[in-house]
Amino acid sequence: MIEFMLNGKQVSADVADDKPLLWVLREDFQLTGTKFGCGMAQCGACTVHFNGQATRSCVLPAAAVKGASVTTIEGVMDTRAGQALRQAWIAHQVPQCGYCQSGQMMTATGMLAGADGPMSREQVLEGMAGNLCRCGTYNQIADAVVSVAQKPAA
Amino acid sequence: METNKFTRRAFIAGSGAAAVGVVLGGWSAARGLSGLLPEAAAATASFSPVAWVALSPDNTAVVYSPASEMGQGTMTAIPLILAEEMELDWSSVRVEQAPADPRRFGNPGFGGAMVTGSSRTVKGYYEALRLAGLQARLVLAQAAAGKWGVPAAEIRAERSTLIHAPSGRRMTYGQLVEEARAPQSLPKVDKSMLKPMSAFTLIGKELPRVDVPDKSGGGARFGIDVRLPGMLWAAVLHTPVQGEQPLEVKDAAALAVPGVRKVIRLPGGVGVVADSFVTARKARELLEVKWSEQAKARSYDSEAALAEFAARAERLDEAGAVWHKHGDAAARIAGAARVFRATYTTDHVAHVTMEPMNCTARAQGDAIEIWVPSQSPSGVIGTVAAGAGYKPENIKVHITLLGGGYGRRAEADYSLHAALLAKAMPGVPIQVIWTREDDFLRARPRPMTAQHLVAGVDAQGRIVGWRHRLVSESIMARTAAAAYEKSGGRDSPVMEGADGVYGIADQLIEHGREQRGVDVSFWRAVGAGYTKFSMESLIDEIATASGKDPLQYRLDLTAGEPRAQAVLREAAAMAGWGQKRQAGRELGLAFSDAWNTFIAMVAEVSLSEGRPVVHRIWAAVDCGHAISPANIRAQVEGAALFGLSAALGERLVYKGGQVQQHNLDTYTLLRANQAPAVQVTVMPTDHAPGGMGEVGLPPVAPAVANAVARLSGKRLRSLPFPQIT
Repeated sequence: MIEFMLNGKQVSADVADDKPLLWVLREDFQLTGTKFGCGMAQCGACTVHFNGQATRSCVLPAAAVKGASVTTIEGVMDTRAGQALRQAWIAHQVPQCGYCQSGQMMTATGMLAGADGPMSREQVLEGMAGNLCRCGTYNQIADAVVSVAQKPAA
Repeated sequence: METNKFTRRAFIAGSGAAAVGVVLGGWSAARGLSGLLPEAAAATASFSPVAWVALSPDNTAVVYSPASEMGQGTMTAIPLILAEEMELDWSSVRVEQAPADPRRFGNPGFGGAMVTGSSRTVKGYYEALRLAGLQARLVLAQAAAGKWGVPAAEIRAERSTLIHAPSGRRMTYGQLVEEARAPQSLPKVDKSMLKPMSAFTLIGKELPRVDVPDKSGGGARFGIDVRLPGMLWAAVLHTPVQGEQPLEVKDAAALAVPGVRKVIRLPGGVGVVADSFVTARKARELLEVKWSEQAKARSYDSEAALAEFAARAERLDEAGAVWHKHGDAAARIAGAARVFRATYTTDHVAHVTMEPMNCTARAQGDAIEIWVPSQSPSGVIGTVAAGAGYKPENIKVHITLLGGGYGRRAEADYSLHAALLAKAMPGVPIQVIWTREDDFLRARPRPMTAQHLVAGVDAQGRIVGWRHRLVSESIMARTAAAAYEKSGGRDSPVMEGADGVYGIADQLIEHGREQRGVDVSFWRAVGAGYTKFSMESLIDEIATASGKDPLQYRLDLTAGEPRAQAVLREAAAMAGWGQKRQAGRELGLAFSDAWNTFIAMVAEVSLSEGRPVVHRIWAAVDCGHAISPANIRAQVEGAALFGLSAALGERLVYKGGQVQQHNLDTYTLLRANQAPAVQVTVMPTDHAPGGMGEVGLPPVAPAVANAVARLSGKRLRSLPFPQIT
């Protein structure tokens, strides 16, 4: 049994200590926005915020989550920052197949939260290098993130 | 007038096997399309509509899109084409994925079978959908004419509204369908009645894709996100070498893991079903399996094989299966002033769709229901029917969103696993997921190829004879054996792109088939991905060696092809071709005419430690009628980056039939910080649309290689690119 904060709510799950957080989210909480891609922290599709840090959930055992705070794409979408990013994603028509985009947006929100001003295309692309996109939407992701970073914080 | 045999609420517009079902009112979200199908079923016996549109009294329209959405924008493009001639108000159109029923949703470009791939979706449906849309609009105009007592010819339609200008009367489609009945006969339509390009109101406009909002925030549901009551998960222990089977399975340890429900033998593997995927994955490691050791693939060593392929490609006296022959290439080459020869090799590459292969199935009695992200519902039905023993009519397939396809999901191997697992546990829905390691293990890679090209050139530097010999495994021989045999070994996906519009009179293009036991398959752009690499590299080499500008040389080769020349000139202008670059950078140019679309691409490249760094890419593309320019730009850019990824670092190696790369740590994909800026100009012309989803790929590798040659004087002749020393 593990207890942790999930998208702002205290939750518990009766799962094995070594079950990766990714599968706890997808199977035990039906939160399917977080994706399985490689299972070895190479692709970034499973990115969540773990105590505020963008983290690969596919290699994070449930035991490590005890008492921690986890935010998924579903939780981020309930925030103004998440909605701003979503609107930018739509405005720039970022997704193609769309499968990696949850992870992209989780890394992007983490990066934007730590940014203290406008970001360049190159800075964004460097910051997004841990998230693979097979459809090749990197430039659209950069455009979307740059557009959000340029807006003064509301 | 054609006879209409339909029910009062539904009729089929268009003709023959390329038609659209139109439902007049009575539609409700709760009932859905399946509720309507029986109503129309009797009448559809002799027709096969490719799409359905349901018009509601509230003047909204639901269009059921027939093709699999894998990011290429087809879910938007197909309904848009229909809406153009039908004059539907796009803002009140809702698009839904069509239920997979090849009897009612088939692509004419595939002879009615439902497959999304080979850049054929828009090409296959385009004219049929436009004619059907036109006919549907005329039916509505006729109905309004009857109601108003005016000639139908005086009625025009715009934005889902019928207008009779002389009397000032207007009526929405929604108002009309509330009482309208399907007509006894349909107005005749033909191509000459279709709108000219200049009259389009939807085609060619910058409209957003319908699937983007759901995909921007985690809401989109892919195959792997399917959740059914009581669903269990399955992992599969695959044979290390393709073609082997489990002979003995010791499963006591696996079955002892809490949560494991069943262990089931499968073709080429052993499945473990559990109440969690993690449990199934863990338990499969406890299986002890004795595999057969007789597969042909066991002797396959791809590095050694590639050298053999190359040697064979260079054997000019060996006859191959003729892909294209005109004149007497050998004689012209023998009499040429100068001869250029080069051998190119390309390794296997894997698809690596970001969503791993998966399929969910539930069996009940002699029927089975399947939820699957597939490019080919027809393939799923055929595979499951043959491999799991269900009658095709008892297999119901739901196509979900696809987390990438690129050709891998034209194969249905994973769906057979789901079907067999479900069959073994009747009534229980089971989702099988192949891990990333499984995806590599059971890759259906692009064929590994060796190509030998010989060009004879006259004193003025003009090509007078051209030979192109390509040695590889066949795709068609496996996927369409009868057609392959009948054609004398013509393998379209393997050889595509090898012939083209260049004005070279005497040509001989041949394929030499190899059979080494590992299945190869469709991979985005398939043949054109390597044929254009070799051709455009050699063309560039000849131009340079003949003291000619590579752009002008291609313009001379396309003298009778204004569309080709236009994209070449435009891409060159975008890139500033001929202008001096900053120190250490050069431009490279390439061209492709595959899938009836013309594209020219320029890459700006520097070298770092003997490897190309691509800074910018410019492309100009003419695909005829450009359905959705924004999406075309995205597709060209995406395909270019997909091709660049492969050219820079993707390589799948087999030793003893076993794949040597198992995950993304050893199989490297292009990352964000390696992505060049890409600029694409869409140049529509008044021609039927060519393919779009793949065209950005073929020119990228040769454009980069040609830039490298200018930088270093060295020609890159293999994919992925070797390090320059």
